[in-house]
Amino acid sequence: MKAAGAHQAILAVWRIEQPRLITSLARLLRDVPLAEDLTQEALIVALERWPKAGIPERPGAWLMTTAKHRALDHLRRRRMLDQKHEMIVREMEEDEQIMPDLDTPLDDDIGDEMLRLIFTACHPLISREARVALALRMICGLTTEEIARAFLVSEATIAQRIVRAKKTLSESGLSYETPHGEELSQRLASVLEVVYLIFNEGYTAARGENWMRLQLCSEALRLGRILTSVAPQEPEAHALLALMELNASRAAARTDADGNPILLLDQNRDRWDRLQIRRGLKALIRVHELGGAGGVYALQAAIIACHAKAGTADETDWRRIADLYAELALLVPSPIVELNRAVAIGMADGPEMALEIIDGLRDEPALKDYHLLPSVRGDLLYKLGRYDEARQAFETAAALAENQRERDLLLRRAAEAAGAEKN
Amino acid sequence: MRFMSIVTSSDHMQPTPELLEAMHKLADREIKAGRMIDTAGLMPLATGARVTIKDGKLRVVDGPFVEAKEVVGGYAIFELQSKEEAVALAVEFMQLHKDFMPGWEGTCEVRAYFEPNAEGVCDPLAEARA
Repeated sequence: MKAAGAHQAILAVWRIEQPRLITSLARLLRDVPLAEDLTQEALIVALERWPKAGIPERPGAWLMTTAKHRALDHLRRRRMLDQKHEMIVREMEEDEQIMPDLDTPLDDDIGDEMLRLIFTACHPLISREARVALALRMICGLTTEEIARAFLVSEATIAQRIVRAKKTLSESGLSYETPHGEELSQRLASVLEVVYLIFNEGYTAARGENWMRLQLCSEALRLGRILTSVAPQEPEAHALLALMELNASRAAARTDADGNPILLLDQNRDRWDRLQIRRGLKALIRVHELGGAGGVYALQAAIIACHAKAGTADETDWRRIADLYAELALLVPSPIVELNRAVAIGMADGPEMALEIIDGLRDEPALKDYHLLPSVRGDLLYKLGRYDEARQAFETAAALAENQRERDLLLRRAAEAAGAEKN
Repeated sequence: MRFMSIVTSSDHMQPTPELLEAMHKLADREIKAGRMIDTAGLMPLATGARVTIKDGKLRVVDGPFVEAKEVVGGYAIFELQSKEEAVALAVEFMQLHKDFMPGWEGTCEVRAYFEPNAEGVCDPLAEARA
């Protein structure tokens, strides 16, 4: 095998096997951070040996054996210090003697283990940023370097976050368990938040030149799919998946050939991904079946679904969108939701009524530096023929926009308004 | 990146129960890992049809198609990071066939989905965009 090709092939195999390795080892050792370390060590051994020996027929079992041997070494060293580990070592050694079958721990139903792993990685004790890094690394198998690149921070920063998070997990002696009842929904909320955070970081990259970092979107979608298959009874998990699928379905239409953003209503709907829309709508149906249509993610997904279902921009059901935003505002009162509701009202009832809502938001401290407020205001003023005010609003918005592409678009609109004023 | 794995074979062997179980396990694992989006086996050729255009004429041919040497037995759709991952999964899938259905011969073909802006593909909507 050529070295570079072998390297990539090994990483691919490892990415596939890694979450199962961590979950199986974590169950054996009752220690997630240690399981993660051992999995990484197994990868290093594979990277040393496989380029020469070739990838084994059962790479998962091979990696598991290697990690288990490392675990035994590690635990033997600590045996005198820790009674619990002694017991585990004995169990594992007996296991090995009686039954050298290494496939079994890999073949067990990993659904629950995966759920536990996600709950552990997204534990509220750990900082939000570290939860993101841990989830991407332990569940999606992204390397520290890949995570760093996606979030535009240094590799050292990500490595540090992961080390600190693992230390928190070890020191707090967190039980590696799936919570139940009330605690489950609370913890699930934290998990969903992390997944959506990853998605949004990819979907609207707030910093930098590129408008989207699609790899993060697909990893978030992957996490969403894992959640819905390992916790199929949770409507908000399906709702978040629906929301992400429906948003992602527009990815190809959101920028032009030069990378400039195209607004939703101007997008070429032929470029929307029909398969993804179908999957999103299917997930939304599941949400309704589970009685969760009133949830925060469900309402947002329902709003995006209105766009996805409209064959042309003119066919958009703005009345329903406005109603859904009103419902969302009751659940999570926020000036941003109100801003979006204003946009829908503007489409359903005309710019006059929307401008009234927008002007009511002008003193909201949360929107003080938010470029979309003057941007929407500019749009409404433009429609009302108040071009000079529209130009000023677009200029204000451009000054506030952090994304270069968005700033360019807003400046173009300001110039448009200035042109209309002259005529 | 989205990939489609297509299994073809000129063999008409029914999968053994052991193979079916192993494939089910693999599919279950892949769905729970969030990588597999869809998978299915396909019915024999007699249940299908082909619609062709040849010499300017459109024709519907009911299956089975005598000229078909290779039969598509099933497909799976994955969302993965790289071709290497798709190949690794195809290798694992075929290894199951080797283990649980000795004597069977066939092919698992891996194809990447079209993506706008990808290199080496023709974009059907390129003109509309320009």
